[in-house]
Amino acid sequence: MSFQRTQEKLKILADAAKYDVSCSSSGSQRANTNKGLGDATGMGICHSYTEDGRCVSLLKILLTNHCIFDCAYCVTRKSNDVKRAAFKVQEVVDLTINFYRRNYIEGLFLSSGIFKSADYTMERLVAVAKKLRTEENFNGYIHLKSIPGASDDLMREAGLYADRLSVNIEIPTKAGLKKLAPDKKREDFIKPMVKVKNEIIQYKAEKKIIKSTPKFAPAGQSTQMIIGASGENDFQIMQTSNHFYKSYNLKRVYYSGYVPISYDNRLPQIGSAVPMLRENRLYQTDWLMRFYGFDVSEILNEQHQHLDLDVDPKLSWALRNLHEFPVDVNTADQRMLARIPGLGMKSVFKIINARRFRRLNWEHLKKIGVALNRAQYFMVCESNQFEKRDLTPEKIKGLILQNSTSKYQKMLSNQLSLFG
Amino acid sequence: METKHLIYDGTFDGFLSTVFYVFEQRLTSVKIQNKFTAQQGLFSENVTIITEEEKANRVWKGVKLKLSAQGSYQLYYAFLSEISGVEDLLLDYMRYAFGQQHKVDNDYSHPSILKIAQIAKSVGREKHRMEAFVRFRLTKDQIYFGSIEPDFNVLPLIEKHFKRRYADQKWVIYDIKRGYGLFYDLEKVDLMHMDFPEHFDFTKTDDAFFAMQEFEFQKLWQDYFKATNIESRKNMKLHIRHVPKRYWKYLSEKQPN
Ligand code: SF4
Repeated sequence: MSFQRTQEKLKILADAAKYDVSCSSSGSQRANTNKGLGDATGMGICHSYTEDGRCVSLLKILLTNHCIFDCAYCVTRKSNDVKRAAFKVQEVVDLTINFYRRNYIEGLFLSSGIFKSADYTMERLVAVAKKLRTEENFNGYIHLKSIPGASDDLMREAGLYADRLSVNIEIPTKAGLKKLAPDKKREDFIKPMVKVKNEIIQYKAEKKIIKSTPKFAPAGQSTQMIIGASGENDFQIMQTSNHFYKSYNLKRVYYSGYVPISYDNRLPQIGSAVPMLRENRLYQTDWLMRFYGFDVSEILNEQHQHLDLDVDPKLSWALRNLHEFPVDVNTADQRMLARIPGLGMKSVFKIINARRFRRLNWEHLKKIGVALNRAQYFMVCESNQFEKRDLTPEKIKGLILQNSTSKYQKMLSNQLSLFG
Repeated sequence: METKHLIYDGTFDGFLSTVFYVFEQRLTSVKIQNKFTAQQGLFSENVTIITEEEKANRVWKGVKLKLSAQGSYQLYYAFLSEISGVEDLLLDYMRYAFGQQHKVDNDYSHPSILKIAQIAKSVGREKHRMEAFVRFRLTKDQIYFGSIEPDFNVLPLIEKHFKRRYADQKWVIYDIKRGYGLFYDLEKVDLMHMDFPEHFDFTKTDDAFFAMQEFEFQKLWQDYFKATNIESRKNMKLHIRHVPKRYWKYLSEKQPN
């Protein structure tokens, strides 16, 4: 490996890959059984954080940034005047192994521009993963990008070596895709996703019968959508997201605020702000869908197509549905507890546990760590002190915002924690 | 009654032997002190405890009977914090646990239990940090060497993680503050002490000790770290919350080039 050339390539190909926000390296359960290198059984570790505060757990690079396509939102697009480079398969293997041995990373996240054809590109991605697994005895985490349009055979092979596969649909609506990436078809994204989904189901079924069936993409599939590039609203985004979760058993959908990289007038111009708060609200909605028992249509529908920016989506839902409140924490079921603004799932379980021993009052709730500043307007407990005024939604919202200015401002300045 | 000062050798077995002694002698008022940090009480009686594995095991067995798995590892984690006075807290916790019919480790209304749980949590956080922040550097004799200065004595806790993960390379993780390390020789992990040249700078990669390729990979890693950052999303406050400055010293990506 010639150091200087690799160095130059790494700079170009890491820079081009950084807009893909998924960095998860957990959920694989690939153990080090062969006294080889690495282990991916744990939670996935963030070995460092970038200055923008994101977790660094994988070596995230493109195999090449040569591309035959011209998607407007992408730095790698054909018409963009940037330096191009391509790694050799062995170079990526060497970088991964050497970074891993130094405890820099949990594994590799390899994506690519499409050069020549989808299959030609996918073949090389698979070759990297295969080498790592079979020649280097590598048990760390591997995330491969499924190249839209790649053949079923290649996708099957990819799943044998990778822990996770993903295709980024990037643009949430068909109309948006048509406008920004006219030579790309939604079907091409879907095809590898369907293949991988079916293989996962099949391998899981076989695994039950024959123990030695190899693992197939044990950490599942994910995808990413770019937010704020093609004028779509939150309702459309979350509908698409919901559809992908349900139809393709996705593990995660990532939302990535569009970072302006082009003067193309179909897109937000360079210098316009990255919509980070909106991105955060979408993640919160995603969580409400996956862990809090909400149906997406309760939060976003024809009447409410945009998420509020000044309050989180659960509070916003509650304010629109005051007839469901107040909830009695001593009797309510888990579903309703989870709907109280300000109550995370952890607190919900703590309440359910604690109320077995005694009826809970405000003191108890404080002790188990329930943040009452939002929750107090929406619940009653073993106490006759509760909100008795018949407050309007606007009034409640005002009171809450007034008492949480610091947090609210933090949110605006890029704070990305969920329901903190 | 007069407080007895019990001095033990600083090991976990030593501490458990001390607890054994306390119960055996039915002592009520004691202060347990590590021999390295013990302060001589002028007017108190000092007893030096001899570490006996068998007694230690008996106490530990009792602990496991009386606490959940989580409770007993919390005790061990808290012990490794080396916070001054933690031994007395642990003893208080154990006395309470031994006297109760039911398992008490969730009873946070007891002050010692709450305190121990909090300390154990900080130690757990430090363990995870070290699993993330160890940076190995390849030495001339093909050993991957990492140096750390953790807030707490977490080497015993991270051994398993590194052994499982780096099964096919020799490595050393050295705790500079406490002057000992772990050495994995492809078979097993041993405790070890090393003599470093005077004024040895652990943060520098000196070509007298480290392999040539080490410089290249550090450079590549630094380049990668820079290239993967998105400037327009920069948020140093969040960054520092995740990677507090006191850890930067040994992070390859944080070295000035
Ligand atoms: S095909 Fe992929 S890499 Fe190529 S321009 Fe489109 S999004 Fe970018």
